[in-house]
Amino acid sequence: MTVARPRTLAEALGALEATPDAHLLAGGTDFMVEVNFGHRRPTDIVALRRVVELQGHEHADGHVTLGAMLTYAEIEADLAEDFPALAAAGRTVGSPQIRNAGTIGGNVGTASPAGDTLPLLVALDAEVDLAGPEGTRTVALDEFITGPKRTDRRPGEIITRVRVPRVTGPQQFLKIGTRNAMVISIACLALVLDLDARRVRCGLGSVGPRPLRPRAAEDFLSGEIDWDGPRAAPGAVRRFAELVAEACTPITDQRGTAEYRRHAAGVLARRAVERSLQS
Amino acid sequence: MTGNHPLAAESETYELSVNGRREQVKAAWLGESLLAVLRERLGLPGAKNACEQGECGSCSVFVDGVLVCSCCVLAADAVDAEVTTVEGLADGDALTDVQQSFLDAGAVQCGFCTPGLVVAVHDLLDRNPDPGDLEVREAISGNLCRCTGYGRILAAVEAVRDQRGRRSRP
Repeated sequence: MTVARPRTLAEALGALEATPDAHLLAGGTDFMVEVNFGHRRPTDIVALRRVVELQGHEHADGHVTLGAMLTYAEIEADLAEDFPALAAAGRTVGSPQIRNAGTIGGNVGTASPAGDTLPLLVALDAEVDLAGPEGTRTVALDEFITGPKRTDRRPGEIITRVRVPRVTGPQQFLKIGTRNAMVISIACLALVLDLDARRVRCGLGSVGPRPLRPRAAEDFLSGEIDWDGPRAAPGAVRRFAELVAEACTPITDQRGTAEYRRHAAGVLARRAVERSLQS
Repeated sequence: MTGNHPLAAESETYELSVNGRREQVKAAWLGESLLAVLRERLGLPGAKNACEQGECGSCSVFVDGVLVCSCCVLAADAVDAEVTTVEGLADGDALTDVQQSFLDAGAVQCGFCTPGLVVAVHDLLDRNPDPGDLEVREAISGNLCRCTGYGRILAAVEAVRDQRGRRSRP
């Protein structure tokens, strides 16, 4: 077994080329659990936490790029003004210990249907930057995550940054679990009222094989909102909630039934809109 | 295995810095968690092994001053970091103010969660000397105690906070 500890992206790509089946290690909060329980016996690991190109965040024209090694704790502390719903989502992940370790690159790369940062990221049309043997490419997150814990990451590629467009308007993140801390979401939802584009943006987590965009619901409510408020009639908000629930493709598992998840998504949708509108 | 080499060759010996001491980890599988190495190879049983999935906080340690669950840290990836365990918080046999406060408040029942809680409370009070009740609860939300119901733990934290507050005022 080998553990590579690169300090630059070039070293990391070189290490991955030398050990093509290596597992990429970020915060370890998912990977080490699988190793501890004997579900995974890695032969090679490329540990990414030192790679300089993957650190921090940068403001660019119209968006912010988040380094893949940005932790939930850093998101909570540094990005609450740019992306309040992302900071809120980060704050619901695990415990302080987990938020100090887990990273945005790990959340995207693991692609769990319950990844808490993913609903807001897909709602904002975030993109993923990858570096690999053939150079770099940028993919829409909505296309990058192809199924439960499945992505379009190609052999030899490393997620370097996540590009998140900056959008003016209220943002909400709501999550249902059995307590406030240490829960994997049973259902979660991110909502953005994009005031410049006059568009409702919504992302759903834990109610489908991957983060979902309820586009029919978005289109409906975008046309119903009086954007000069913003205001909307209660009936329109109720209909939006129904359309969100209809967009869900949940499963029944130990955390909740499909019926509960669908119902919960509708409740979260209504609540998020009500919190975003001018009353 | 050395700290800076991009691709360390297969090796069963590496070095960790724990509580200010350089420690050799010999004949170890490189997939071991920091928790396993601390307890089973370095004779430091303060970090407790319970859930092994980052849920219970009983293995809390500092890695480069950052509070983490040592069960979720790959030990071989901590080679150039400074690890501080509950054993390294106090000088010799003395107790830290947090440890003394847990004793005074009776915040200990079976004691299994205590080391992790002590580490987490040091982290909280060193970053935020005057936390409110909700901040205290959030700071220890990842440390499970199945005995006390948390009442005396919260009382112990408040006592240290108030003590430190009195000391810092002229």
